[in-house]
Amino acid sequence: MKKNCLFKRVFSLLLCLALLLCAACPALAEEDGYEFDTTGVDYQKFRGQNVSINVYNWGLYIAEGEDDSMNVCKEFEKLTGIKVNYTNFATNEEMYAKLKSGASKYDVIFPSDYMVGKLIEEGMLAELNFKNIPNYDRYVDDNFKNLEYDPEGKYSVAYTWGTVGILYNTTMVEKEVDSWDILWDMDYAGQILMFNNSRDAFGIALKKLGYSMNTTDKDQLKEAADLLKEQKPMVQAYVMDEIFDKLGAGEAAIAPYYAGDYALIKADNPDIAFAFPKEGVNRFVDAACVPKDCNNQEAAELFINFLNDPAVAYENFETIGYSSPNTGAVELMDEEEKADPVLYPGDEVLGSAETFLNLDDETNEYM
Amino acid sequence: MNNKKKMSFGAKFYMVLVYAFLYLPILVLIVYSFNESKSRAVFSGFTFDWYAKLFHNEAIMSALLNSLVVALIASVAATAIGTLAAVGINAMGRKMRSLVMNFTYLPVINPEIVIGVSLMLLFVFLRFQFGLTTLIIAHITFDVPYVILNVMPKLRQMDAHQVEAARDLGCNPVQAFFKVVIPEIMPGIMSGFLMALTYSFDDFIISHFVAGPTAQTLPLAIYSMTRKKVSPEINALSAVMFAVILSLLVIYNLISARRERSKGRAGR
Repeated sequence: MKKNCLFKRVFSLLLCLALLLCAACPALAEEDGYEFDTTGVDYQKFRGQNVSINVYNWGLYIAEGEDDSMNVCKEFEKLTGIKVNYTNFATNEEMYAKLKSGASKYDVIFPSDYMVGKLIEEGMLAELNFKNIPNYDRYVDDNFKNLEYDPEGKYSVAYTWGTVGILYNTTMVEKEVDSWDILWDMDYAGQILMFNNSRDAFGIALKKLGYSMNTTDKDQLKEAADLLKEQKPMVQAYVMDEIFDKLGAGEAAIAPYYAGDYALIKADNPDIAFAFPKEGVNRFVDAACVPKDCNNQEAAELFINFLNDPAVAYENFETIGYSSPNTGAVELMDEEEKADPVLYPGDEVLGSAETFLNLDDETNEYM
Repeated sequence: MNNKKKMSFGAKFYMVLVYAFLYLPILVLIVYSFNESKSRAVFSGFTFDWYAKLFHNEAIMSALLNSLVVALIASVAATAIGTLAAVGINAMGRKMRSLVMNFTYLPVINPEIVIGVSLMLLFVFLRFQFGLTTLIIAHITFDVPYVILNVMPKLRQMDAHQVEAARDLGCNPVQAFFKVVIPEIMPGIMSGFLMALTYSFDDFIISHFVAGPTAQTLPLAIYSMTRKKVSPEINALSAVMFAVILSLLVIYNLISARRERSKGRAGR
C-alpha cells in the first residue's frame, strides 16, 4: 500500500513538472526567433561533448536578455551545445593580473587596445585561426583590422570601439566647446570633472599640448604633468562612472568621457551636449582575444565568430551603446543610429584620433 | 526604578544623529530603487520595474546564488570546525590557551588583502583550479576565527561541574558533549555562525583573489559594473536583502524575548 502511495506521489510530481515544461515551451519558442549566419562554420562540432568555455568580459558589456534583448551566452549555448561560464572584470589591469597569476584558464577575454599590445608582447595570446571565424572577413570593418596594437591582425577581433570627447551642460557653459582648453578654463573652476586614471588624464593633457598620447619623451610628459597640476585647483573631482550622476544632476558642468555613454547621460539630463575637441581625441578599441593557455581554442573561436554575427553584434550594440566595428550590425541599425555623429563620427574626427599603445614600464611608472 | 530616568533632550538628539548616520545611506538606496530613471541623483518617478527586472537578470541572480551557496557552506563548515576547536582550546592549560587564542586573533587583525594574496599563492602552488571550491575553502579559512571568538566566552562561562554531573548520571563523553555542552554554548555558536555568514556574504577582497572563471560572487559582479554604471537593479537587490535581514532579526528577537519570558516564569 505504502509503496503504491509513494509511486502515485512521484508520478503526480512528474506530471506537474511535465506540465510546467509545456507551459514554459511556448515562451522559449517565442525567443527562438533569431537566425544566425552559419555559412562556413560548424557550430555543431562540439555538441554533446560536454565542452565549456570561460568568457571574461567587462561588467555589463554584453546583451543578457534584459529589456527583451537577446541573451547572447544562452543563444550560443543553444546553438552549439557549448557551455559558457561568464564572469566579469572592471579594469584591464585586473584582468591582466588574473591571467598572469596562471591560476585560471580563460578562453575568451576582451582587453582594450594597449592591453592587447601588452599581452601580445608578453606572448600571452594565441594566434587565432580565422578559418573558424568566417564572420571576421565577412562583417568586421576593414578600418578595425590590423590596428597598431596588433599590426598583423593575428591575435584580436575588434568588439566595440569609441572615442573620448567632452560632455558639457549647455545651460552652464556658454562658451563654444571645441577644444580641450575648456577643461583648463578658469571661468568653470570647480565645475570640471576629470578622469581618475593616469593614462586618460595624461592623454588629454598631451593632446592639448599638441603631442602624441603615446609619447615616451620625458620632457613632454613633464609638461603634461605640470599642466595637470595647474588644472587641479579647478577640478571638482577625479571620477569614473560618478560622471553619470554629477553631470545628470547638474552638479558639474564639464567632463571628458566615452562617446558611447553620452546617450545614457542625455536621457537623464537633456541639456548635456557632446563635443569632439579639435586637437584630436583618443579612440579606444576593445577586442576579443584568446589566451594561449586556454581550455579549447576552437570553441573560443566559435564564440568570437558568434559575437560577430550581425544579429548578435546588433543586440550587443543596443545594450552596450558603444560603436560597433561590425558592418552587418551597422546595416541593421536605423538611419538615426547610423548617422549619429557622436557614435559614428566622420574622418575629420577619426583622422586625427589616436589609439593608446602599450608603453614601456619606465614611461608608465613616470606617469 | 531610578535608573530608568527619562532621557535628556541632548541624549535623544545624539541618539537620533547616530542612527541617522547609520541608516540614511540605506534609506537613500531604498528610495532610489524605486526611481524610474537610471540616474542615482535625479528622482524622476516611482516604479517597481527594477524589482521585476532584477529577477530576470541572470548575471545578478547567478552571482547572488553563488554568494549564498559559498556563504552557507563556508559558515556551516566553519561553525563545526570552530566550535570543536574552541572546546579543545578551552581544555588547554592557561599558557597554551592564551598562546593559541593569540594565533586565532591574528587572521582577524591581519589585513584581508594579505590573506587574499597568500591564499591565492597557496592555491596556485597546489595547482587548484579556481572556482567555487577555492572560494569556499578561502571563506572557511577566514570564518573559523570568528566562530572560535564567539564560542569561547560561552565555554568559559559554563559551569564545568555540569559536564561532571552528566557523566555521574550515566552519560558517556559524547552524550555529555551533545546533551550538556552544546545546548549550553548554543547562543555563542549561533552568533558565531551568523557572523561567519555575514562576513563571508560581504567579502570582496579575499574573493577577488581566489575567484575563478566559473564562479563569481555578488560583490565581485557589482564591482565589475563600475566601468559602465552600476544598474539600479543592484539598489533593488540591496533593498530586498535589507528587508529580509531586518525581518529575520525581528523574528529572532521576538522568539528569544518570548523564550526569556517563559524561562523567567518557570524560574519563579
